[in-house]
Amino acid sequence: MSVIGFVLNGRPVVATAPPAQRLATVLRDAFGLTGTKIGCDAGDCGACTVLLDGAPVCACLTSLGQVEGRAIATVEGLAAERLAPLQRAFLRHGAAQCGICTPGMLMAAVALLARTPHPDEAAIADALGGVLCRCTGYRAIIAAVADAAATLPAEPEAGAAVGARVARRDGVEKVTGRERFGADALPAEPFLTVRAVRSPHPHARFVIGDLAPLFAAHPALVRVLTAADVPGSLRYGIYATGKDQPVLAEGRVRHRGEPVCALVGPAEALAAIAEAEVPITWDPLPPVRFDDATCSEALHAHAPGNILCRGRVRAGDPDAAPPPGAVHAAIAIETSFVEHAYVEPEAGYARRVGERIEIIACTQTPYMDRDEIAAILGIRPEQVRIVPTAVGGGFGGKLDLSVQPLIAVAAWLTGRPVRMVYSRPESMASTTKRHPARIRAEAVAGADGRLFSVRFHGDFNTGAYASWGPTVANRVPVHATGPYAVPHVLCTSAAIHTTDPPAGAFRGFGVPQAAIAHEALMDALADRLGLDALEFRLRNALRPGCRTPTGQVLGADAALALCLEALRPRWRAWRDEAAAFNAANRGPERLGPERRGVGIGCMWYGIGNTSLSNPSTMAIGLARTGRVVLFSGAVDIGQGSNTVLAQIAADALGAPLAAIDLVTGDTDRTRDAGKTSASRQTFVSGSAARLAALALRAEILRRANAGAAARIGFLPGAVQVSEGTESSLLALETLPADADGMVLRAEGHFDPPTTPLDEDGQGIPYASFAFAAQIAEVAVDTALGTVTVRRIAAAHEVGRAINPTLVEGQIHGGIAQGLGLALMEEYVPGRTDNLHDYLIPTIGDVPPIEVTLIEEPDPLGPFGAKGVGEPALVATAPAILNAIAAATGARVTRVPATPERVLAAIRAARDGGRA
Amino acid sequence: MDAWLRPTSLADALAALAAGPRVILAGGTDLYPSHVARPLPGPILDITALPDLRRIEAHPGYWRIPCLATWSDVIGADLPALFDGLRAAARQVGGVQVQNAGTVIGNLCNASPAADGIPNLLALDATVELASRAGTRHLGVADFVQGNRRTARRPDELAVALRIPRPAGPALGVFEKLGARRYLVISITMVAVVAEFDPAGRIRRARVAVGACGPRALRLPGLEAALAGRRPEPDLVTPDLAPLAPIDDVRASAGYRLQATEELLRRALGALGTSRARAA
Ligand code: FES
Ligand code: FES
Repeated sequence: MSVIGFVLNGRPVVATAPPAQRLATVLRDAFGLTGTKIGCDAGDCGACTVLLDGAPVCACLTSLGQVEGRAIATVEGLAAERLAPLQRAFLRHGAAQCGICTPGMLMAAVALLARTPHPDEAAIADALGGVLCRCTGYRAIIAAVADAAATLPAEPEAGAAVGARVARRDGVEKVTGRERFGADALPAEPFLTVRAVRSPHPHARFVIGDLAPLFAAHPALVRVLTAADVPGSLRYGIYATGKDQPVLAEGRVRHRGEPVCALVGPAEALAAIAEAEVPITWDPLPPVRFDDATCSEALHAHAPGNILCRGRVRAGDPDAAPPPGAVHAAIAIETSFVEHAYVEPEAGYARRVGERIEIIACTQTPYMDRDEIAAILGIRPEQVRIVPTAVGGGFGGKLDLSVQPLIAVAAWLTGRPVRMVYSRPESMASTTKRHPARIRAEAVAGADGRLFSVRFHGDFNTGAYASWGPTVANRVPVHATGPYAVPHVLCTSAAIHTTDPPAGAFRGFGVPQAAIAHEALMDALADRLGLDALEFRLRNALRPGCRTPTGQVLGADAALALCLEALRPRWRAWRDEAAAFNAANRGPERLGPERRGVGIGCMWYGIGNTSLSNPSTMAIGLARTGRVVLFSGAVDIGQGSNTVLAQIAADALGAPLAAIDLVTGDTDRTRDAGKTSASRQTFVSGSAARLAALALRAEILRRANAGAAARIGFLPGAVQVSEGTESSLLALETLPADADGMVLRAEGHFDPPTTPLDEDGQGIPYASFAFAAQIAEVAVDTALGTVTVRRIAAAHEVGRAINPTLVEGQIHGGIAQGLGLALMEEYVPGRTDNLHDYLIPTIGDVPPIEVTLIEEPDPLGPFGAKGVGEPALVATAPAILNAIAAATGARVTRVPATPERVLAAIRAARDGGRA
Repeated sequence: MDAWLRPTSLADALAALAAGPRVILAGGTDLYPSHVARPLPGPILDITALPDLRRIEAHPGYWRIPCLATWSDVIGADLPALFDGLRAAARQVGGVQVQNAGTVIGNLCNASPAADGIPNLLALDATVELASRAGTRHLGVADFVQGNRRTARRPDELAVALRIPRPAGPALGVFEKLGARRYLVISITMVAVVAEFDPAGRIRRARVAVGACGPRALRLPGLEAALAGRRPEPDLVTPDLAPLAPIDDVRASAGYRLQATEELLRRALGALGTSRARAA
């Protein structure tokens, strides 16, 4: 321990801690300044950026000893009394989504603006290039830094919240560093820490030896948990039929990073234990690989041949002979594991309160967590309270349990609060990924330019445990034709177990992989027919009244054609410009290696669960104070549901947005809104919020004896109902209030109407589909194989944009993830468990994005809205890959299209062309 | 032995090293990341309080980059075109945060095969000044870096500075790096070239070094010899890239590395040609 003095946000302070301790740890633990985030602890993400004597540094790479006598500025120092202009600009531009990167972004930007008050985009990118953001796609951040004089958006009038670009309701917390994420929430009492001991082998048997020497060497160690300690059911899983993942492995591990036992004790005591001190004898078994899993020994009794499940959609006669003059195209595509790489690793704590357990952790799905934890502890769901923290990015990865089972078991057994914070390598090694896919697909189009048939089969590597594998297997065949009218279809899929980490839910559930295949086919068919790629898609686009391959007839909101028409002018202009560039660059004198190309991708996406009930219930109350409280069980993972649901409720109720408070995500206080997944919260929970608000409105009007058109004014302690010249005051102070202080309360419930799919996949899998088209221009360095995306235009049919800034933010962020999927993201188990070997796009990789929102109201959606979270991502990778093909003539069939793969494809195309 | 020392004089630092081996901490940008979620191994010698070891200085026959000079210091220093390659590398080492903390010598001593600094130091013909209680010795960078994370530094020595000799005539450095994204990227391969020119604009002598294509960065003596007396142009690069022996890893295959290296070499020579006017 040393006593080290420095200046912190302008005030002299003294820290007593080991001098080699990371400054980030000291700021968070000793000073409680949790605005400095730890995303990687390795200098890779920049979330921990602070200013050291005015210069940005990573607080995770700076030792406490080195700041002696120097000045440190953190995000908490930015807003003294009111928000700094830059913070306001972040709110105005939607530059903070989940907000976990925001403190780092702000600090890096503050240092830039101090030197360069009016930076251009290149200077902004250079200054912010060291901070990763997984949510925003960076464009809003660049806009905010360039517009540091911004003011906050105005609050909308009552009845005008829907469609307004209001700042996020939880935005101030995010830009001031006050937001509490999983690792920021601490129990009030002294607590223990749990550390998992994980398998270094993909497949092995193991025996845990005598633990007595370990306890003897580390007297502060409280407990070592093994599978035998789990009080209730050892195994959990998303589906009732797929409860196959053990809390702690039972004698056999099926993937690297699987937990085999867990050490419980004070954090310092656990840090002193070397992994080698834990007596585990390993007996490695041959790994089960995706290549030959179906002929390897089965990993689970319920999955013979390692096939977890299959999906199938059949329509028309897939074997029908093609019409004369038809053209045919086929493709085989291979994709990789993709890591969610949210900047916040999983974290949280649990405390036992009598016969109940409370879990305070980051999650996308509090109610599923509640039921799972109850089963694991062998108690009733009502004995579990889940209090979600802010979520620093989810994208599907926080739909599965992570820290929750171990903290729950440890807290339950020890009776003391127990905390767990995943390290970045632990998060990357043990949590779910996007399924790698092997797809074969073929399509036939008639000489009239109309699609005749599509055949598709995708194998998906679902890893060691079921997780969301069945969702992928079911969702993919429904979407695998792409958003086109096709009379003859056979689309099948299989989810296959391997000894890789479990593949689960990731924005799009397999559809982004499938879209790469169908969009390559569309380009090939158009080419063979001599048709423009956009016009060919337009000719085949699913339109209102069309029948999908599952037999569902689409409504008036099926607006892919509008998306394509919106993009057409840019498509033509960009292609002409790319062609002109290539022509100029090709002349014998100026033979440069750069080639440009423009590609297009289309997609459709069913909102909500596939043919499964996925209800949401929202409650809304009127408090004695006259405030309206929306009780929302929906978790805002950065996408903005807290704001969108409040906007919907405000307009349905006829209240100004500012009158609405929010209670979110606490399973004791809110109703089950279902998971934040499948792009469903705006559509499903938004509908429930609207119905709840309408019911509350009706109740107020009933009490005032007023007609449906009356206006309601929300006053302190009263509501005023006015109709024409009449007006009556309803005093609230005298009304009896419930435990939450509500004098009136209403609920809304919505479950999108769907029907089951039969064995040919016929039925109504989704109540609503979203459609989109995107175009991308790339520059390919044909000598190195590197690809730069120069610009993207996206047209999305969103029903109704409840908050256009948030919708655009989802689209930008989805595009950035699609770009990563296309060009750089490839998780290799055991080799890329960090954010410098696993590459996600940086601020310099995401080009300018033009977004066109098309609003064709969905008859079921709240104010016509539908979801956008996943649709944002699906079309991007196909557009980029098609652009690479347009630029070079080379089709990359294995993604990511790394420089090496692109160069190999170019050379193969060249050699093929010569042969 | 104290688990942590932060001496304020070089003599104290060398005395501490003479007493026993220590982990040397400067910018921390390599040391902390190799101990994620764990404390640093001890005992530690934090050298960041040593005086007079930060400023990059010009001396009559050489430039001196002391051990506390950061990448940002390289970017901000008044250095001639000889250093263009090193400067370009400095701008691509991590983000601004890492450039502000990480030192050039730390990058060298960490001796990662993918260190962006090392090929440039080879091309600059830099020597390392190693101080100990037993005296000071100077080693060329090629002798100093012995392999993947292995150097010739004795446990009692501190690498206190780099010396970069002044070339006889106008000289220019270039650096070409290939990575799979724009910022924060570990090189798939990289090329550093320093050329000295004669008055007619021909290469008097050139040093060419390649990183990330083997356990340590290497010079290409064959190509260097071929460049002597020629005007720089891409076509001087031959496909024979001995002694490079890259490996396959998650970033790329060995074969691709060689192809890309050949292309980067061509570009580096092209850049030497187009930027020759900068040489001073
Ligand atoms: S936590 Fe410091 S850079 Fe990621
Ligand atoms: S807002 Fe940047 S990581 Fe979530």
